Amino acid sequence: MTETIKTDCLIIGAGPVGLFAVFELGLLDIKAHVVDILDKIGGQCAELYPEKPIYDIPGFPTVTGQGLIDNLMKQIEPFGPVFHVNEMVAEVQNLGTPTAPLFRVKTDADTVFEAKTIVIAAGGGSFQPKKPPIPEIETYERESVYYAVRKIETFRGRSVLIVGGGDSALDWTLNLVPVAKRVTLMHRRDDFRAAPHSVEQMRALVHDGAMDLRIGQATRLEGQNGRLEQVICRDNDGGEFAVACDAMLPFFGLTMKLGPIADWGLSLHENLIPVDTEKFETSVPGIFAIGDINTYPGKLKLILSGFHEGALAAQKVQRYVYPDRRVTFQYTTSSTSLQKKLGVA
Amino acid sequence: MAKIQFIDFGGTARTVEAEPGSTVMEAAIKNGVPGIEAECGGACACATCHVYIEPDWQEKVGAPSSMEEDMLDFAYDVRPNSRLSCQITVTQELDGLSVRTPEKQA
Repeated sequence: MTETIKTDCLIIGAGPVGLFAVFELGLLDIKAHVVDILDKIGGQCAELYPEKPIYDIPGFPTVTGQGLIDNLMKQIEPFGPVFHVNEMVAEVQNLGTPTAPLFRVKTDADTVFEAKTIVIAAGGGSFQPKKPPIPEIETYERESVYYAVRKIETFRGRSVLIVGGGDSALDWTLNLVPVAKRVTLMHRRDDFRAAPHSVEQMRALVHDGAMDLRIGQATRLEGQNGRLEQVICRDNDGGEFAVACDAMLPFFGLTMKLGPIADWGLSLHENLIPVDTEKFETSVPGIFAIGDINTYPGKLKLILSGFHEGALAAQKVQRYVYPDRRVTFQYTTSSTSLQKKLGVA
Repeated sequence: MAKIQFIDFGGTARTVEAEPGSTVMEAAIKNGVPGIEAECGGACACATCHVYIEPDWQEKVGAPSSMEEDMLDFAYDVRPNSRLSCQITVTQELDGLSVRTPEKQA
Protein backbone atom coordinates (compact mmCIF):
# COMPACT_ATOMS: atom_id res chain seq x y z
CA MET A 1 0.00 0.00 0.00
CA THR A 2 1.57 3.26 -1.10
CA GLU A 3 1.02 6.44 0.80
CA THR A 4 -1.31 9.06 -0.63
CA ILE A 5 0.56 12.19 -1.70
CA LYS A 6 -1.27 15.35 -0.70
CA THR A 7 -0.67 18.38 -2.86
CA ASP A 8 -2.16 21.78 -3.62
CA CYS A 9 -1.84 21.24 -7.33
CA LEU A 10 -1.10 18.30 -9.58
CA ILE A 11 0.25 19.22 -12.98
CA ILE A 12 -0.17 16.65 -15.72
CA GLY A 13 2.55 17.07 -18.33
CA ALA A 14 6.17 18.17 -17.89
CA GLY A 15 6.44 20.10 -21.14
CA PRO A 16 7.34 23.81 -21.24
CA VAL A 17 3.84 24.93 -20.30
CA GLY A 18 3.53 22.55 -17.34
CA LEU A 19 6.98 23.64 -16.13
CA PHE A 20 6.18 27.33 -16.32
CA ALA A 21 2.93 26.70 -14.43
CA VAL A 22 5.14 25.49 -11.55
CA PHE A 23 6.71 28.95 -11.58
CA GLU A 24 3.48 30.92 -11.63
CA LEU A 25 1.96 28.70 -8.92
CA GLY A 26 5.14 28.89 -6.87
CA LEU A 27 5.00 32.69 -6.73
CA LEU A 28 1.60 32.26 -5.11
CA ASP A 29 2.96 29.73 -2.54
CA ILE A 30 1.30 26.80 -4.26
CA LYS A 31 3.37 23.63 -4.28
CA ALA A 32 3.02 21.28 -7.21
CA HIS A 33 3.69 17.71 -8.17
CA VAL A 34 4.23 17.01 -11.88
CA VAL A 35 3.41 13.72 -13.62
CA ASP A 36 4.62 12.79 -17.11
CA ILE A 37 4.31 9.63 -19.15
CA LEU A 38 7.77 10.04 -20.70
CA ASP A 39 10.91 8.96 -18.87
CA LYS A 40 12.27 12.49 -19.05
CA ILE A 41 11.19 16.07 -18.47
CA GLY A 42 10.42 18.38 -21.39
CA GLY A 43 7.51 16.91 -23.32
CA GLN A 44 7.57 17.42 -27.08
CA CYS A 45 10.50 19.85 -26.78
CA ALA A 46 12.68 17.07 -25.37
CA GLU A 47 11.13 14.13 -27.20
CA LEU A 48 10.45 15.47 -30.69
CA TYR A 49 12.83 18.33 -31.27
CA PRO A 50 15.55 18.70 -28.58
CA GLU A 51 18.11 19.97 -31.10
CA LYS A 52 15.80 22.10 -33.23
CA PRO A 53 15.71 25.86 -32.76
CA ILE A 54 12.53 27.67 -31.67
CA TYR A 55 12.34 31.29 -32.85
CA ASP A 56 9.20 32.61 -31.19
CA ILE A 57 9.93 32.52 -27.47
CA PRO A 58 9.84 36.16 -26.31
CA GLY A 59 13.30 37.34 -25.34
CA PHE A 60 15.09 34.44 -27.04
CA PRO A 61 15.89 35.12 -30.70
CA THR A 62 16.69 31.42 -30.90
CA VAL A 63 16.65 28.59 -28.39
CA THR A 64 16.61 24.82 -28.90
CA GLY A 65 13.83 22.64 -27.50
CA GLN A 66 16.19 21.19 -24.90
CA GLY A 67 17.72 24.61 -24.20
CA LEU A 68 14.29 26.01 -23.36
CA ILE A 69 13.55 23.09 -21.02
CA ASP A 70 16.93 23.45 -19.27
CA ASN A 71 16.25 27.15 -18.70
CA LEU A 72 12.74 26.51 -17.39
CA MET A 73 14.08 23.88 -14.98
CA LYS A 74 16.53 26.45 -13.66
CA GLN A 75 13.78 29.04 -13.38
CA ILE A 76 11.47 26.78 -11.32
CA GLU A 77 14.20 25.33 -9.10
CA PRO A 78 13.35 27.62 -6.12
CA PHE A 79 9.88 26.08 -5.94
CA GLY A 80 11.08 22.48 -5.59
CA PRO A 81 8.49 20.73 -7.75
CA VAL A 82 8.35 16.94 -7.36
CA PHE A 83 8.44 15.03 -10.64
CA HIS A 84 6.90 11.64 -11.30
CA VAL A 85 8.15 10.55 -14.71
CA ASN A 86 7.29 7.35 -16.56
CA GLU A 87 3.80 7.53 -15.12
CA MET A 88 0.47 8.16 -16.76
CA VAL A 89 -2.48 9.53 -14.86
CA ALA A 90 -5.09 6.83 -15.23
CA GLU A 91 -7.98 7.83 -12.96
CA VAL A 92 -9.37 11.04 -11.57
CA GLN A 93 -12.07 10.93 -8.94
CA ASN A 94 -13.84 14.05 -7.71
CA LEU A 95 -14.22 13.97 -3.92
CA GLY A 96 -14.91 17.64 -3.29
CA THR A 97 -17.49 20.28 -4.06
CA PRO A 98 -17.47 22.95 -6.80
CA THR A 99 -16.27 25.56 -4.28
CA ALA A 100 -13.82 23.29 -2.47
CA PRO A 101 -12.63 20.77 -5.05
CA LEU A 102 -10.57 17.76 -4.07
CA PHE A 103 -9.40 15.07 -6.45
CA ARG A 104 -8.11 11.58 -5.91
CA VAL A 105 -5.75 10.81 -8.74
CA LYS A 106 -4.17 7.46 -9.53
CA THR A 107 -1.38 6.79 -12.01
CA ASP A 108 -0.69 3.60 -13.93
CA ALA A 109 2.21 3.02 -11.51
CA ASP A 110 -0.30 3.10 -8.62
CA THR A 111 0.89 6.41 -7.20
CA VAL A 112 -2.08 8.06 -5.50
CA PHE A 113 -2.46 11.81 -5.08
CA GLU A 114 -4.99 13.87 -3.23
CA ALA A 115 -4.91 17.19 -5.06
CA LYS A 116 -6.90 20.33 -4.40
CA THR A 117 -6.54 21.31 -8.03
CA ILE A 118 -5.36 19.74 -11.29
CA VAL A 119 -3.67 21.55 -14.15
CA ILE A 120 -3.69 19.54 -17.37
CA ALA A 121 -0.76 20.63 -19.53
CA ALA A 122 -0.64 17.48 -21.59
CA GLY A 123 0.05 19.00 -25.01
CA GLY A 124 -1.01 16.62 -27.75
CA GLY A 125 -1.91 14.02 -25.15
CA SER A 126 0.17 11.19 -23.84
CA PHE A 127 3.00 9.76 -25.90
CA GLN A 128 2.23 6.18 -26.79
CA PRO A 129 4.08 3.67 -28.94
CA LYS A 130 3.33 3.64 -32.65
CA LYS A 131 2.10 0.31 -33.88
CA PRO A 132 3.35 -1.18 -37.14
CA PRO A 133 0.83 -1.85 -39.94
CA ILE A 134 0.31 -5.54 -39.20
CA PRO A 135 -3.20 -7.01 -39.23
CA GLU A 136 -4.43 -8.45 -35.93
CA ILE A 137 -1.33 -7.37 -34.01
CA GLU A 138 -3.63 -6.60 -31.04
CA THR A 139 -4.39 -10.33 -30.65
CA TYR A 140 -0.76 -10.91 -29.73
CA GLU A 141 -0.25 -7.92 -27.44
CA ARG A 142 -0.98 -9.81 -24.23
CA GLU A 143 1.54 -12.58 -24.57
CA SER A 144 3.88 -11.99 -27.47
CA VAL A 145 4.07 -8.41 -28.76
CA TYR A 146 5.58 -5.77 -26.47
CA TYR A 147 6.17 -2.08 -27.20
CA ALA A 148 8.55 -1.60 -24.29
CA VAL A 149 10.72 -3.75 -22.06
CA ARG A 150 9.48 -3.44 -18.51
CA LYS A 151 11.23 -6.52 -17.14
CA ILE A 152 14.16 -8.06 -18.94
CA GLU A 153 13.26 -11.44 -17.40
CA THR A 154 10.12 -11.55 -19.56
CA PHE A 155 12.41 -12.41 -22.46
CA ARG A 156 14.67 -15.00 -20.84
CA GLY A 157 14.98 -18.08 -23.02
CA ARG A 158 12.66 -16.72 -25.71
CA SER A 159 13.23 -16.17 -29.41
CA VAL A 160 12.84 -12.44 -29.82
CA LEU A 161 12.31 -10.40 -32.96
CA ILE A 162 13.17 -6.74 -32.47
CA VAL A 163 12.00 -4.36 -35.18
CA GLY A 164 13.36 -0.86 -35.77
CA GLY A 165 16.57 1.06 -36.39
CA GLY A 166 16.82 3.60 -33.60
CA ASP A 167 18.38 3.61 -30.17
CA SER A 168 15.54 1.70 -28.50
CA ALA A 169 15.79 -1.13 -31.02
CA LEU A 170 19.59 -1.31 -30.88
CA ASP A 171 19.91 -0.90 -27.10
CA TRP A 172 17.40 -3.65 -26.42
CA THR A 173 19.01 -5.88 -29.03
CA LEU A 174 22.33 -5.57 -27.22
CA ASN A 175 20.72 -6.05 -23.80
CA LEU A 176 18.62 -9.04 -24.77
CA VAL A 177 21.27 -11.04 -26.66
CA PRO A 178 22.72 -12.45 -23.39
CA VAL A 179 19.25 -13.25 -22.00
CA ALA A 180 17.14 -14.46 -24.90
CA LYS A 181 17.44 -17.79 -26.65
CA ARG A 182 17.96 -15.96 -29.92
CA VAL A 183 17.62 -12.33 -30.98
CA THR A 184 16.80 -11.24 -34.51
CA LEU A 185 16.94 -7.56 -35.34
CA MET A 186 14.96 -6.44 -38.37
CA HIS A 187 14.96 -3.02 -39.98
CA ARG A 188 13.57 -1.78 -43.27
CA ARG A 189 17.02 -0.69 -44.50
CA ASP A 190 20.61 -1.62 -43.75
CA ASP A 191 21.26 1.76 -42.24
CA PHE A 192 20.61 2.64 -38.60
CA ARG A 193 19.95 5.97 -36.99
CA ALA A 194 20.96 4.62 -33.57
CA ALA A 195 24.24 5.65 -31.92
CA PRO A 196 27.14 4.44 -34.11
CA HIS A 197 28.85 2.49 -31.31
CA SER A 198 25.65 0.47 -30.69
CA VAL A 199 25.43 -0.29 -34.40
CA GLU A 200 29.07 -1.43 -34.40
CA GLN A 201 28.44 -3.71 -31.40
CA MET A 202 25.37 -5.16 -33.09
CA ARG A 203 27.29 -5.82 -36.31
CA ALA A 204 30.05 -7.55 -34.33
CA LEU A 205 27.47 -9.82 -32.66
CA VAL A 206 26.03 -10.68 -36.07
CA HIS A 207 29.53 -11.38 -37.37
CA ASP A 208 30.20 -13.72 -34.43
CA GLY A 209 26.91 -15.55 -35.04
CA ALA A 210 25.47 -14.46 -31.68
CA MET A 211 22.37 -12.89 -33.26
CA ASP A 212 20.69 -12.34 -36.63
CA LEU A 213 20.06 -9.23 -38.67
CA ARG A 214 17.39 -9.17 -41.36
CA ILE A 215 16.43 -6.34 -43.69
CA GLY A 216 12.71 -6.12 -44.33
CA GLN A 217 9.31 -5.32 -42.86
CA ALA A 218 6.90 -7.51 -40.93
CA THR A 219 3.65 -8.09 -42.81
CA ARG A 220 1.85 -10.90 -40.97
CA LEU A 221 1.91 -12.64 -37.61
CA GLU A 222 1.29 -16.36 -37.24
CA GLY A 223 0.54 -18.21 -34.04
CA GLN A 224 -2.21 -19.62 -31.88
CA ASN A 225 -4.30 -18.20 -29.04
CA GLY A 226 -2.31 -15.00 -28.93
CA ARG A 227 1.00 -16.85 -28.83
CA LEU A 228 3.32 -15.89 -31.62
CA GLU A 229 5.11 -18.63 -33.58
CA GLN A 230 6.50 -16.80 -36.55
CA VAL A 231 6.50 -13.44 -38.30
CA ILE A 232 6.15 -13.27 -42.06
CA CYS A 233 8.25 -10.50 -43.54
CA ARG A 234 8.79 -8.84 -46.89
CA ASP A 235 12.21 -7.85 -48.13
CA ASN A 236 12.78 -4.76 -50.24
CA ASP A 237 12.62 -6.75 -53.49
CA GLY A 238 9.17 -8.09 -52.68
CA GLY A 239 10.36 -11.53 -51.52
CA GLU A 240 8.92 -13.14 -48.40
CA PHE A 241 10.72 -14.73 -45.49
CA ALA A 242 9.70 -15.99 -42.07
CA VAL A 243 11.31 -15.36 -38.69
CA ALA A 244 10.48 -17.97 -36.03
CA CYS A 245 9.96 -16.20 -32.71
CA ASP A 246 7.71 -16.20 -29.67
CA ALA A 247 8.21 -12.55 -28.75
CA MET A 248 8.26 -9.43 -30.84
CA LEU A 249 9.36 -5.92 -29.88
CA PRO A 250 8.46 -3.25 -32.45
CA PHE A 251 10.14 0.14 -31.85
CA PHE A 252 8.56 2.68 -34.18
CA GLY A 253 8.72 5.73 -31.99
CA LEU A 254 5.89 7.47 -30.23
CA THR A 255 2.68 9.17 -31.18
CA MET A 256 0.40 11.35 -29.12
CA LYS A 257 -3.01 10.13 -28.01
CA LEU A 258 -5.50 11.82 -25.72
CA GLY A 259 -5.64 8.62 -23.67
CA PRO A 260 -7.46 8.34 -20.33
CA ILE A 261 -8.15 12.12 -20.17
CA ALA A 262 -11.26 11.30 -22.20
CA ASP A 263 -12.66 9.37 -19.21
CA TRP A 264 -12.39 12.07 -16.55
CA GLY A 265 -15.82 13.58 -17.10
CA LEU A 266 -14.55 16.75 -18.78
CA SER A 267 -16.37 18.28 -21.75
CA LEU A 268 -14.26 17.67 -24.86
CA HIS A 269 -14.29 19.15 -28.33
CA GLU A 270 -12.44 17.26 -31.08
CA ASN A 271 -10.01 15.75 -28.57
CA LEU A 272 -9.30 19.15 -27.02
CA ILE A 273 -10.50 20.52 -23.70
CA PRO A 274 -12.64 23.66 -23.91
CA VAL A 275 -11.74 26.29 -21.29
CA ASP A 276 -12.75 29.85 -20.49
CA THR A 277 -10.19 32.56 -21.20
CA GLU A 278 -10.30 34.16 -17.78
CA LYS A 279 -9.19 31.21 -15.67
CA PHE A 280 -8.52 28.45 -18.22
CA GLU A 281 -10.73 26.20 -16.17
CA THR A 282 -12.49 23.18 -17.69
CA SER A 283 -16.12 22.15 -17.26
CA VAL A 284 -15.08 20.65 -13.90
CA PRO A 285 -14.30 23.31 -11.25
CA GLY A 286 -10.76 22.84 -9.98
CA ILE A 287 -9.47 21.19 -13.15
CA PHE A 288 -7.63 23.53 -15.51
CA ALA A 289 -6.25 22.93 -18.99
CA ILE A 290 -3.39 24.98 -20.45
CA GLY A 291 -1.21 24.75 -23.55
CA ASP A 292 -1.84 22.75 -26.72
CA ILE A 293 -4.47 20.53 -25.11
CA ASN A 294 -7.06 23.28 -24.56
CA THR A 295 -9.28 25.14 -26.97
CA TYR A 296 -11.12 28.48 -26.89
CA PRO A 297 -12.05 31.08 -29.49
CA GLY A 298 -8.85 32.38 -31.08
CA LYS A 299 -6.63 29.65 -29.60
CA LEU A 300 -3.08 29.51 -30.96
CA LYS A 301 -0.95 26.48 -30.22
CA LEU A 302 2.09 28.47 -29.21
CA ILE A 303 4.35 27.89 -26.22
CA LEU A 304 4.02 31.57 -25.33
CA SER A 305 0.22 31.28 -25.22
CA GLY A 306 0.60 28.35 -22.84
CA PHE A 307 2.77 30.48 -20.54
CA HIS A 308 0.09 33.17 -20.39
CA GLU A 309 -2.61 30.56 -19.77
CA GLY A 310 -0.59 29.12 -16.86
CA ALA A 311 -0.25 32.54 -15.23
CA LEU A 312 -4.00 33.14 -15.33
CA ALA A 313 -4.92 29.63 -14.24
CA ALA A 314 -2.58 30.02 -11.24
CA GLN A 315 -4.63 33.00 -10.02
CA LYS A 316 -7.77 30.90 -9.85
CA VAL A 317 -5.90 27.94 -8.33
CA GLN A 318 -4.90 30.36 -5.57
CA ARG A 319 -8.57 31.06 -4.84
CA TYR A 320 -9.16 27.35 -4.25
CA VAL A 321 -6.01 26.72 -2.23
CA TYR A 322 -6.14 29.91 -0.14
CA PRO A 323 -9.82 30.88 -0.18
CA ASP A 324 -9.42 33.45 2.58
CA ARG A 325 -6.32 35.18 1.26
CA ARG A 326 -6.57 38.83 0.26
CA VAL A 327 -5.14 38.85 -3.25
CA THR A 328 -2.64 41.53 -4.13
CA PHE A 329 -0.90 41.48 -7.44
CA GLN A 330 2.88 41.80 -7.31
CA TYR A 331 5.83 42.03 -9.70
CA THR A 332 9.01 39.95 -9.36
CA THR A 333 11.07 43.07 -10.16
CA SER A 334 9.81 45.04 -7.16
CA SER A 335 8.22 42.72 -4.60
CA THR A 336 10.53 41.68 -1.77
CA SER A 337 8.21 38.85 -0.81
CA LEU A 338 8.28 37.38 -4.34
CA GLN A 339 12.04 37.81 -4.44
CA LYS A 340 12.34 35.89 -1.17
CA LYS A 341 10.40 33.02 -2.70
CA LEU A 342 12.76 33.10 -5.65
CA GLY A 343 15.73 33.07 -3.30
CA VAL A 344 17.15 36.33 -4.67
CA ALA A 345 16.22 38.81 -1.93
CA MET B 1 1.76 28.19 -59.13
CA ALA B 2 2.06 24.42 -59.45
CA LYS B 3 -0.78 21.92 -59.30
CA ILE B 4 -0.41 19.00 -56.92
CA GLN B 5 -2.73 16.04 -56.76
CA PHE B 6 -3.32 14.11 -53.53
CA ILE B 7 -5.01 10.72 -53.85
CA ASP B 8 -6.33 9.41 -50.55
CA PHE B 9 -6.42 5.79 -49.37
CA GLY B 10 -9.96 5.39 -50.66
CA GLY B 11 -8.92 6.59 -54.14
CA THR B 12 -10.41 10.11 -54.04
CA ALA B 13 -8.18 12.63 -55.81
CA ARG B 14 -7.90 16.30 -54.81
CA THR B 15 -5.86 18.83 -56.73
CA VAL B 16 -4.55 21.97 -55.04
CA GLU B 17 -2.44 24.95 -56.09
CA ALA B 18 0.94 25.21 -54.44
CA GLU B 19 3.30 28.13 -54.37
CA PRO B 20 6.84 27.43 -55.58
CA GLY B 21 9.20 27.57 -52.60
CA SER B 22 6.62 26.20 -50.17
CA THR B 23 6.40 22.50 -49.37
CA VAL B 24 4.00 19.82 -50.55
CA MET B 25 2.93 19.38 -46.90
CA GLU B 26 2.07 23.09 -46.61
CA ALA B 27 -0.03 22.90 -49.77
CA ALA B 28 -1.99 20.03 -48.23
CA ILE B 29 -2.52 21.73 -44.86
CA LYS B 30 -3.45 25.12 -46.40
CA ASN B 31 -6.10 23.45 -48.50
CA GLY B 32 -7.38 21.09 -45.84
CA VAL B 33 -6.38 17.95 -47.71
CA PRO B 34 -7.26 14.99 -45.47
CA GLY B 35 -4.66 12.31 -44.76
CA ILE B 36 -1.79 14.68 -43.93
CA GLU B 37 -1.39 15.50 -40.25
CA ALA B 38 1.97 17.26 -39.96
CA GLU B 39 1.94 17.12 -36.16
CA CYS B 40 5.33 18.83 -35.84
CA GLY B 41 4.54 21.59 -38.31
CA GLY B 42 7.22 20.78 -40.86
CA ALA B 43 10.33 20.25 -38.74
CA CYS B 44 10.98 16.76 -40.14
CA ALA B 45 10.36 15.51 -36.62
CA CYS B 46 7.20 13.43 -36.65
CA ALA B 47 6.66 11.47 -39.90
CA THR B 48 2.94 12.30 -40.03
CA CYS B 49 3.02 13.95 -43.49
CA HIS B 50 4.02 10.71 -45.17
CA VAL B 51 3.09 10.28 -48.86
CA TYR B 52 3.78 7.82 -51.65
CA ILE B 53 5.10 9.44 -54.83
CA GLU B 54 3.36 8.16 -57.97
CA PRO B 55 5.82 6.15 -60.11
CA ASP B 56 5.97 8.69 -62.99
CA TRP B 57 7.14 11.37 -60.57
CA GLN B 58 9.66 9.50 -58.46
CA GLU B 59 12.66 10.53 -60.52
CA LYS B 60 11.74 14.23 -60.61
CA VAL B 61 10.98 14.37 -56.89
CA GLY B 62 14.15 12.50 -56.00
CA ALA B 63 15.20 10.46 -53.00
CA PRO B 64 14.90 11.43 -49.33
CA SER B 65 17.87 12.89 -47.46
CA SER B 66 19.44 10.77 -44.75
CA MET B 67 17.65 12.81 -42.05
CA GLU B 68 14.35 12.20 -43.81
CA GLU B 69 15.17 8.47 -44.16
CA ASP B 70 15.70 8.37 -40.39
CA MET B 71 12.31 9.98 -39.83
CA LEU B 72 10.65 7.65 -42.34
CA ASP B 73 11.56 4.77 -40.02
CA PHE B 74 8.71 6.07 -37.84
CA ALA B 75 6.14 6.28 -40.62
CA TYR B 76 3.30 3.82 -41.07
CA ASP B 77 3.72 1.31 -43.93
CA VAL B 78 6.88 2.64 -45.56
CA ARG B 79 7.46 1.70 -49.20
CA PRO B 80 10.24 2.38 -51.70
CA ASN B 81 8.35 5.47 -53.00
CA SER B 82 7.73 6.91 -49.52
CA ARG B 83 8.61 10.53 -48.81
CA LEU B 84 7.76 13.06 -46.11
CA SER B 85 5.83 15.82 -47.85
CA CYS B 86 7.31 18.53 -45.61
CA GLN B 87 10.67 17.79 -47.18
CA ILE B 88 9.55 18.22 -50.80
CA THR B 89 9.92 21.82 -51.97
CA VAL B 90 7.47 22.81 -54.67
CA THR B 91 9.03 24.01 -57.94
CA GLN B 92 7.48 24.80 -61.33
CA GLU B 93 9.06 21.52 -62.44
CA LEU B 94 6.74 19.65 -60.10
CA ASP B 95 3.58 21.14 -61.68
CA GLY B 96 1.17 18.22 -62.00
CA LEU B 97 2.82 16.12 -59.26
CA SER B 98 0.68 13.27 -57.98
CA VAL B 99 1.09 11.64 -54.55
CA ARG B 100 -0.92 9.14 -52.55
CA THR B 101 -1.58 9.38 -48.82
CA PRO B 102 -1.27 6.22 -46.69
CA GLU B 103 -4.08 4.46 -44.84
CA LYS B 104 -3.09 6.38 -41.70
CA GLN B 105 -0.24 8.57 -40.51
CA ALA B 106 0.50 7.05 -37.12
